[in-house]
Amino acid sequence: MTMETTMTLRGVALAPDPSGALVWPAERTLVVADLHLEKGSAFAARGRMLPPYDTRATLDRLAGLVERLAPERVVCLGDSFHDRRAAGRMEAGDVARLRDLTGRVADWLWVTGNHDPEPPEGFGGRILDDLALGPLTFRHEAVPGAVGELSGHLHPVAAVLVPGRRVRERCFAFDGGKLILPAFGAYAGGLNVLDPAVSGLLAERFEVHLLARGKVHRFPRSRLSPDKA
Amino acid sequence: MPDLPSPLLPANVQGWFRSRGWAPHPHQLAMVEAAEAGDSALLIAPTGGGKTLAGFLPSLIDLAERPRDGLHTLYISPLKALAVDIQRNLEDPIAEMRLPIRTETRTGDTPESKRRRQRAHPPQILMTTPESLALMIAYADAAALFRHLRCVIVDELHALAGTKRGDLLALGLARLARLAPRARRVGLSATVAEPAQLLAWLSRTGRAEGGDVRLVTGRAGASAEVEILTSRERLPWAGHMAVHALKEVYQRIRAHRTTLVFVNTRAQAELVFQELWRLNDDSLPIALHHGSLAAEQRRKVEAAMAAGKLRAVVATSSLDLGIDWAAVDLVVQIGAPKGASRLVQRIGRANHRLDEPSRALLVPANRFEVLECRAAVDAVAAMSLDGERPRPGGLDVLAQHMLGMACAEPFRPDDLYDEVVCAAPYAGLARDEFDDVLDFVATGGYALGNYERFHRLKMREDGRMAVAGPAVARQYRMNVGTITQEAMLRVRLNRGPVLGEVEEHFIQGLTPGHTFVFAGQLLKFLGIREMEAQVAKGGSGEPKVPAYAGGRLPLTTALADRVRAMLADPAQWPGLPEDVQEWLRLQRWRSVLPAHDGLLVESFPKAGKRFLVVYAFEGRNAHQTLGMLLTRRMERMGCGPLGFVATDYVLAVWSLRTPKDMDGLFDQDMLGDDLEAWMDESSMLRRTFRNVALITGVIDRRHPGQEKSGRQVTFSSDLIYDVLRKHDPGHVLLRATRADAAGGLTDVRRLSDFLARVKGRITHKDLDRISPLAVPVILEIGRERVDGSATDELLEQAAADLVAEAMPELGSPGNSQGRLAL
Repeated sequence: MTMETTMTLRGVALAPDPSGALVWPAERTLVVADLHLEKGSAFAARGRMLPPYDTRATLDRLAGLVERLAPERVVCLGDSFHDRRAAGRMEAGDVARLRDLTGRVADWLWVTGNHDPEPPEGFGGRILDDLALGPLTFRHEAVPGAVGELSGHLHPVAAVLVPGRRVRERCFAFDGGKLILPAFGAYAGGLNVLDPAVSGLLAERFEVHLLARGKVHRFPRSRLSPDKA
Repeated sequence: MPDLPSPLLPANVQGWFRSRGWAPHPHQLAMVEAAEAGDSALLIAPTGGGKTLAGFLPSLIDLAERPRDGLHTLYISPLKALAVDIQRNLEDPIAEMRLPIRTETRTGDTPESKRRRQRAHPPQILMTTPESLALMIAYADAAALFRHLRCVIVDELHALAGTKRGDLLALGLARLARLAPRARRVGLSATVAEPAQLLAWLSRTGRAEGGDVRLVTGRAGASAEVEILTSRERLPWAGHMAVHALKEVYQRIRAHRTTLVFVNTRAQAELVFQELWRLNDDSLPIALHHGSLAAEQRRKVEAAMAAGKLRAVVATSSLDLGIDWAAVDLVVQIGAPKGASRLVQRIGRANHRLDEPSRALLVPANRFEVLECRAAVDAVAAMSLDGERPRPGGLDVLAQHMLGMACAEPFRPDDLYDEVVCAAPYAGLARDEFDDVLDFVATGGYALGNYERFHRLKMREDGRMAVAGPAVARQYRMNVGTITQEAMLRVRLNRGPVLGEVEEHFIQGLTPGHTFVFAGQLLKFLGIREMEAQVAKGGSGEPKVPAYAGGRLPLTTALADRVRAMLADPAQWPGLPEDVQEWLRLQRWRSVLPAHDGLLVESFPKAGKRFLVVYAFEGRNAHQTLGMLLTRRMERMGCGPLGFVATDYVLAVWSLRTPKDMDGLFDQDMLGDDLEAWMDESSMLRRTFRNVALITGVIDRRHPGQEKSGRQVTFSSDLIYDVLRKHDPGHVLLRATRADAAGGLTDVRRLSDFLARVKGRITHKDLDRISPLAVPVILEIGRERVDGSATDELLEQAAADLVAEAMPELGSPGNSQGRLAL
């Protein structure tokens, strides 16, 4: 297996995918964060009629990755379900789709998050609060100072200025010791990595891998543009 | 005018006119007559003809003769400031005639306590805005409030009709017609090309042939004296700032009492203002006025102007509406006016005394603008104004209105449909379209049916739709209105005063230390603090000028047609400056002149590339779209298109090879799949969708003071757009978006008319070098910012430039894309 890598975390080669997933080729492992399934219907229940297709859109992309990469392990880094009642609102077709998807992967792992401290049973896979694989730790929320850690939770985005415009997209944030994944869910918004909530967890010098126009582009922190306020 | 007592006017009103030394204008009496007959009326009159008083006079008379409590007359203005201004101006005649009338204003700035009091004890005359009316009719007590209403006055109707705010107001009037069946409607308008459209808008039937609206026309003022500046300097080939002519403009300012200098964009306003002050050896009081300056600053300029303290004001369309200044004796238009109606309104700002002619000076900034200015002057002299076909009302506005009506009281869908089609913008609304929108308001209306259990509206057993709970009404009241604009940031002078507001994206393009020109001064950007851009005076380096979205209006169809006719007919050239005549003669010799009804396409080599210049004259927006479509097609033809640039007059495309089949290249079918595909990807459609999502309440407006904290995650309408487009492409929100994008900008319709017109009439000249007429557009190349698809390469280039510098300790440089097989 040949590949290009852009990040080395505790000696482990990791590859960011333009979809927002992370690939650990040596372990045939696919990592995604913050699916937020049924976020649309959570808003609808409060009278905000967002289109209901976010679960379907997210599962489509996830299924495409599983098809293309045929991983042996999938790790969902928490906040996979938008709230406790998400499974109950999920459309029957989407329920079947998700079950089928977890059934096609040998080891499917649901890491718990603040939105889904108790992910729904019945979708297959194992539920864990966190996970250690080789030298790496997988958890929903980054722990300050932890090294060799992959997390989600913060939905990092970054903005760069190129002549004539500002491009703001989801990104991986990486400082050599910690890797924060972008949100994978169709309706998951973003928080600028220059916000102290993100940058405060990272080393002074970090880089982002920005997902734009079907590719991944690497930028150092010095090139990033803050959001207002 | 005969100073005879009019039987129409009661004694105290007549006495008031006499005490002022005035006699009522015939159109003012005609308005009173219409009211006596119980008819609605549309008054079309130039500024300064006592138009506002003509609108109010019948109400003043009625209340003088039959004093009573209760809301009698509702006045609706497109501007909050205008409502306040009119209320102040009306107080004088009311006091002087000793009329028992209370007048008040109600706008977004009116405190909640005063609003409550106004609903319980309304004044006889209330001045308000379309948004405030929408809120008032969405309360359960609306029927009681409007029970005694006798008259609704809509001011500046020409500026409201055809916009989404106009749609909202038309729907509000349709509801008022039910609450107050005896209320007449009065429309006040500037001169327009198609009065029938405004008659339909004002009619209770929503149709021009409704017969319930009288047309009253004010006396036209003395005809305007319009001159085109023939500069002693050589005319520039391109550019829009007319810097070459400002010395002569300054001389004219010196020679007049008060001059209004109109420009087309705020960026132009800043530059022209700076340049005039550079030339201002006499330190004449010259001020600046545009929509981005702080309201306080604008008020100051307006007050100084009214007091006769200024010799000139450089202004954008922020001064097109409303406020009257009699002292102005010269209007200067810098750059081409872009439309005849617009020119008439601007000229009308000078000399409001109708017996004196208005004087105006047009200052073309380049050679094509000379032709356009000449065409505009001819059009004004021929009284031929630009007409636009009315566009159907927005479905997003209808959705908002439906929710508001449910907040007022439960309704039967059949009844609401009958009411809505009486509003002119919705006169052609099909019932199934109405039902789709209602379905969206009630449950989202998505093809995936799992939202059935979530309701904003519920069908009751009696067949009426009602709001599902008080939270729905609260949400409606937070989100009412149709004004959606890009987020603005205040600009504050180093912890001192606020200078105004600029678009957020402009500030985000600056880094601390950058300089830019704003509010007439050179400023240094310090940083963003507490939602404000902090700046200091001075600084060095090449300044950026704020680039404002939507600042550029495209050339109107009617004016474009005149420009084409003039180019094709050498008999019309003698009035043009010698530079321009020589330019056209050279074009005729080296190539050919564009025919009036055909299309000239030139091709020539330059700098190793092949250029294709298309003389379409359809305005910049239409040319941008045409450029996108042509390059797609040239790609398929194997011509290797590399880029394009559009002006108001011409489109230039450069490529590796020249296409051979011109008829095929311009075939009408390009408006099919290519257009759909392009529109779906374009940022224009995403922006439009965002507005639709805001207006329909799918996403919330951000209100000042409740901005999201940094920690909160922002929810972008782009995410919704992408998901909806893929999974429910026929959804009513997307239909509303496409209709807006196609109709609101009019460029797609223009393009399809254009392609039909030139079919079979394309002249292709293959030249060995650039033609004279092509020079201006070729000069534009490089001035335009790179757009759209080029972002990809820019990103890669930016990334590549920086790889070496970027943290080598964090991994190997190189392409960061991870394409891998597991």
